[in-house]
Amino acid sequence: MVPDAEFTSYYGRPIVKPSPWREDIPAYLFLGGLAGGSALLGAGADVTGRPTLRRNSRLTALGAIGLSLAALVHDLGRPARFLNMLRVAKPTSPMSVGTWILTGFGPAVGVAAAAEFADRAPRPLRGTLRFAGRPAGLAAALLGPAVAAYTAVLISDTATPTWHEGHRELPFLFVGSAALASGGMGMLTVPVPQAGPARRLAVGGVLLELAAERRMESSLGIAAETLHDGTPGLLMRASKALAVAGLAGTVFAGRDRRAAVAAGAALLASSACTRFGIFYAGQHSARDPKYTVVPQRARRGVGR
Amino acid sequence: MSQQLHGTQPDPAGRDVSAAAGWGGQKRPRVGFFTDTSVCIGCKACEVACKEWNAIPDDGYNLLGSSYDNTGGLGASSWRHVAFIEQSAFTEEPGTVSERGAAPSDFRWLMESDVCKHCTHAACLDVCPTGSLFRTEFGTVVVQDNICNGCGYCVPACPFGVIERRTGGKAVKNNGIAQKCTLCYDRLGAGMTPACAQTCPTESIQFGDIDELRQRAAARLAELHGAGTAEARLYGHDPSDGIGGAGAMFLLLDEPETYGLPPDPVVTTRDLPQMWRHAALAAASLAAGAAVSFLGRRR
Repeated sequence: MVPDAEFTSYYGRPIVKPSPWREDIPAYLFLGGLAGGSALLGAGADVTGRPTLRRNSRLTALGAIGLSLAALVHDLGRPARFLNMLRVAKPTSPMSVGTWILTGFGPAVGVAAAAEFADRAPRPLRGTLRFAGRPAGLAAALLGPAVAAYTAVLISDTATPTWHEGHRELPFLFVGSAALASGGMGMLTVPVPQAGPARRLAVGGVLLELAAERRMESSLGIAAETLHDGTPGLLMRASKALAVAGLAGTVFAGRDRRAAVAAGAALLASSACTRFGIFYAGQHSARDPKYTVVPQRARRGVGR
Repeated sequence: MSQQLHGTQPDPAGRDVSAAAGWGGQKRPRVGFFTDTSVCIGCKACEVACKEWNAIPDDGYNLLGSSYDNTGGLGASSWRHVAFIEQSAFTEEPGTVSERGAAPSDFRWLMESDVCKHCTHAACLDVCPTGSLFRTEFGTVVVQDNICNGCGYCVPACPFGVIERRTGGKAVKNNGIAQKCTLCYDRLGAGMTPACAQTCPTESIQFGDIDELRQRAAARLAELHGAGTAEARLYGHDPSDGIGGAGAMFLLLDEPETYGLPPDPVVTTRDLPQMWRHAALAAASLAAGAAVSFLGRRR
């Protein structure tokens, strides 16, 4: 445990500002991961001939990315101006990069999901949808990992201590979280015989997430406190417990339908807890000047 | 156009800052502020002049219980902020006061007029996804009110906690979008001095070309050190610091954090290339993991 550091501040006020983002953003971090992972599962199921896994994964991806876009627009200070995001393409702005990734991902996911209903589509569309389903699904799968990973850069590219100091591990933590969430959703919605890839993806996701989280704890320095204390601490502990429970359920009883449903739900809940936990921990690290002043003094070589 | 995300610019005087932003032949000498806190009297005329000239809405009439400071900090509707610090038994180099023949005092005021730093490497500008934030021909950093969609990304990106999304409801001007000091972009265009510097009665706030301000700051520091004020130091003047040098530099009489300033600010985008590399690796891991998940036997 790091001893309480002494530091000076201006009436205890924050130095950096916490993001003005509300619950929309951690919800998006969760949903974006779910969408990205599900797009991968959908394409894999398509190619390997698992129709139920394909259909449900494509629909999950569409639902999750639809809600994501709604959350992202809702969080803007001027929602009516959301199209201004498309004025420029800036590699220095992870939000701009993300906008363009989503601009490609959203329609691809939409077409892949629509292809599931090709038989019920109006006659002129039927052939097109049947033909477009696979390429669209594969395009979505190509962009899915980017959707799941870029959100880590989005929050790390700030002066928010917990998010910035975790920039090396957060992408791995986030893709792990995306894998276990989408795997969990597959286990929840798809009968056991077709859900094998979902189970394996979930197991891999849990292992990657736990490893990345452990590594991040050590590179965060004193900001690691924000992952242990208060509401974020509670969420992170819940996330870990649910992930481990989901992992155990998947490994030992994943072929039992009811156990698979319970494990899948636990994994989804775990991923949501992770995203909200990381979000609130960052907000807290910005509000307390300690996490800005102490590490900066230390790297200037004037630590007390 | 190659863009440098951090480090010392080729021309520390800063003319290349606006050139790198694409101004070409239209670029002007980079301008900024030197705020000498040793002569600040805490009159807050800068806060008032800024509010008046820029037609900034009020942001509450609160008593904060922090000496004479009831503004609190920089924000969407406070583009200048005067900090008041009351110090008793402050540490001064032994003997420095008595050399001047004054009686040693165990109390002092610190007052400092804070403002947007108009960084050489500005995180707010780097992360802005709409292009609303831009580098002017004067090397300053300004929000275009009609472009900003209030995504709020610049707010946590700023290492100084300067820029903020304005709240207050639809009746308030520029509600919901990011707001901060423009270094009076409109006045600069007309060859005028920014309102805060124009009104400052003690010349604590000085406006001018960056290279000249750096010389003035160094001269003032030498003068104060010569007079025995050993605790005087410059802040934001060094082109090799984490933000490539500020467009608004300060002379302080205590540690930066005492005034609510970060001790060693670094532009977050310095680490962005590394972040993208890690994210690419993580994305590849996810893709590979998903592929492997499908390798198992059917059923």
